[in-house]
Amino acid sequence: MKELINDAEHVIFDSLKGVAAAHPDTQRVDLDNRIVYRAQPPRPGKVGLVSGGGSGHEPLHSGYVGAGMLDAACCGEVFTSPVPDQISAATNAVNTGAGVLHIVKNYTGDVMNFDMAAELSAAEGVEVATVLVNDDVAVQDSLYTAGRRGVGLTVFVEKIVGAAAEQGRELGALKELGDRIVANGRSFGIAITPCTTPAAGKPSFELAEDEMELGIGIHGEPGRERVKLGPASDVAHQLVEPVLADLDFTGAPVIAMLNGMGATPLIELYLLYGEVAPLLASNGVDVARHLVGNYITALDMGGASLTLLRADDELLDLWDAPVNTPGLRWGC
Amino acid sequence: MSTTSLEKISAWLQEYARVIGEHEAELTDLDREIGDGDHGSNMVRGMRAVAGLDLAAFGDAASYLKKTGMTLVSTVGGAAGPLYGTLFLRMAGQLGSGDALDTAAFAGALKAGVEGVTQRGKSAVGDKTMVDALVPAVECLEEQASRGAELAAALPEAAKAADAGREATAALVARRGRASYLGERSVGHIDPGAASAALLIESAARTLV
Repeated sequence: MKELINDAEHVIFDSLKGVAAAHPDTQRVDLDNRIVYRAQPPRPGKVGLVSGGGSGHEPLHSGYVGAGMLDAACCGEVFTSPVPDQISAATNAVNTGAGVLHIVKNYTGDVMNFDMAAELSAAEGVEVATVLVNDDVAVQDSLYTAGRRGVGLTVFVEKIVGAAAEQGRELGALKELGDRIVANGRSFGIAITPCTTPAAGKPSFELAEDEMELGIGIHGEPGRERVKLGPASDVAHQLVEPVLADLDFTGAPVIAMLNGMGATPLIELYLLYGEVAPLLASNGVDVARHLVGNYITALDMGGASLTLLRADDELLDLWDAPVNTPGLRWGC
Repeated sequence: MSTTSLEKISAWLQEYARVIGEHEAELTDLDREIGDGDHGSNMVRGMRAVAGLDLAAFGDAASYLKKTGMTLVSTVGGAAGPLYGTLFLRMAGQLGSGDALDTAAFAGALKAGVEGVTQRGKSAVGDKTMVDALVPAVECLEEQASRGAELAAALPEAAKAADAGREATAALVARRGRASYLGERSVGHIDPGAASAALLIESAARTLV
């Protein structure tokens, strides 16, 4: 396995040094605590938005720190949640008195560490609320698992709630908005090649030349089922059908994202969107806004995920609001 | 808590740090099969930090265990950080400032720690987690304590119980943590958390004598 790194143990630190060098005008990097902040301190009265998680999903989350999205992102080790004192430090730093919203992907480690961080910050007088994102329809049995995983919808939550926070909405209203997005969004992912963490140095699972994995998460964990890899037109069906089977996406404007998992070239991702878009239309889904690109990745995994959000005029307005981050930028 | 207890607990965790380092690749391989392949490296990072604590800074075993728990919470990350951290924090709370580290005291402390783990992780025996190695060890120690067994005699038995619990996770369907997403496909694999937890009890059997 060949990688452009110096040392597997210092990948996060070294990468954040690069983030600091790349975005000095919009972001400030606390290298010791591995927190990415906006370059400008938070405006008094604005609710702070903090997210974070394991690294390896870039641009999520640090790439979404900036005007119109997050105030801070806490970077864990590769695929490993950040730790409570780190999250609490970010939370306290962006609190202007209006409270802080945590946006957490539903993984056992992330939930526990953000919970402990919220307890630490609450003990220091910071009001914290949490939106838990759990949009992955691949996890069918929520009773006997840790519940549905948080994947692509996290990008939508950070964008839309971020825009609402800029408008000055209060903490309770932002949590409600985040919960509404979670209730109305679903995702599903597939992989055609596994990923390799710098620490393991070996692929997360083996896939034969003619195989694909359905229902993968974003950590190289194996998915729901392994099947023969067909043409992209078949893969489009395999991506779209589980999402549409889980929630009715007709009769409302929909925000869609076809996301690359890290190693899939854009030529293939566009080709796939060329199959997905007409398939959604033929199923009565009105795609009002869409993204095609690498927005939440799993290191060098090859594959794609589809996220759909059943929106309304309010959500579309917030989606269209100006955003200026390394990962998403429009209207500014 | 006498200085002796502090030294013993420290020897235990130094040994655990060494053993975790020795088994890093094995833990990572187990985690690659049903998780995300970082349990070994995460535990090594945490236990290296624990092994680096200066013993002179602690007045008793309880304060040392508390610092151990806090160190793991802030260095390991993932689920293992809060879970192992809680284990040692609760052990510290239970040990208090008694003066003997006998079978009953150690069993009571470990039991409090494991109860903390099940609360934090919302897990129970049979979910294919570290709890499946730890609970049999606690039950064994309690049984030995009731018969008045010395800690040095009780711990090897507890280590055997933990090992058996670890081996038994292979037949289980994971219901907690990232392996739970695999459902039936998790069967046939030993849980990495149960493996690192069994090593903890084995380390105790070699040092708390």
